Amino acid sequence: MDEIDRKIINHLQGGFPVCESPYLVVATELGLTETVLIKRLNDLLETGILSRFGPMYHAEQMGGELTLAAVKAPQDRFDQVAEMINALPEVAHNYARNHELNMWFVIATDKPERLPEVIQIIEEKTALSVYNMPKIKEYFVGLKLEA
Amino acid sequence: MNIDKIDRQIITATQAGLPLTPQPYQTIANALGLSAEMVMQRMMVMQDQGVIRRIGAVPNHYRLGYKFNGMTVWNIADEYINEMGGRIGQLDFVSHCYHRPRHLPEWPYNLFAMVHSKSEAGVKEQQGMIAELLGGYNLGQDVLYSTRILKKTGLRIGR
Repeated sequence: MDEIDRKIINHLQGGFPVCESPYLVVATELGLTETVLIKRLNDLLETGILSRFGPMYHAEQMGGELTLAAVKAPQDRFDQVAEMINALPEVAHNYARNHELNMWFVIATDKPERLPEVIQIIEEKTALSVYNMPKIKEYFVGLKLEA
Repeated sequence: MNIDKIDRQIITATQAGLPLTPQPYQTIANALGLSAEMVMQRMMVMQDQGVIRRIGAVPNHYRLGYKFNGMTVWNIADEYINEMGGRIGQLDFVSHCYHRPRHLPEWPYNLFAMVHSKSEAGVKEQQGMIAELLGGYNLGQDVLYSTRILKKTGLRIGR
């Protein structure tokens, strides 16, 4: 990752235009060519420095349901539990954390009634209790991490 | 906002990411049999209405050196939670701040604030600043670090 990559990452966390040739617009702002910007973005995604590039959808605004949930995965089958949970397409993120509740994941479903089903599937497959912590209120979401 | 079939098609086509082509909205339009104008107009409306939070890049925190991603959690009396949540959410190092349910007795925490730093000391400092702001309203706290990303695909809705 060099200075140009840093510039691209910092700039694109702030937003991306909706217009005919948006890469050209951004490239011009950054003093790059469109080809270079697209190539760099492609590389940043391929090497995993960027985990995504595109629109961030707000699940609840779309009639979907979203929750944060956690399990206490026993150490001797931690990876197996992770695999079972990750196999569900509704699981968007999953993080190992240093706590007795050591696996925390986000479940996002199209329809609200699907959410309890997914939780039930996880409980049945893993034989663990799911601690469901849906948000009651959102105070803030956002943040730019400086590259 | 009520999203219709066309919005849903656009969402499905873009939730894994925007095409890396010179005219990405045209590329989406071609794949869906729509006009680029229609795709752009729909996406602008969805952005205005908050269905799209933003269009942009999501870096992998670890790869940018933010190896300490702390989920700070707090036990706040319910009657003060909105006031406190509002204040904590305004701190510039907090990326997400939510009121979530407790699971008593094991999980007494109802306020979650994600913080990110390049060092553990940095997270401790951020945690200290939150504690200071909460003052006597803070009835208990903990911080959970992510030790490994097990999955990160972003949302997949509207299949």
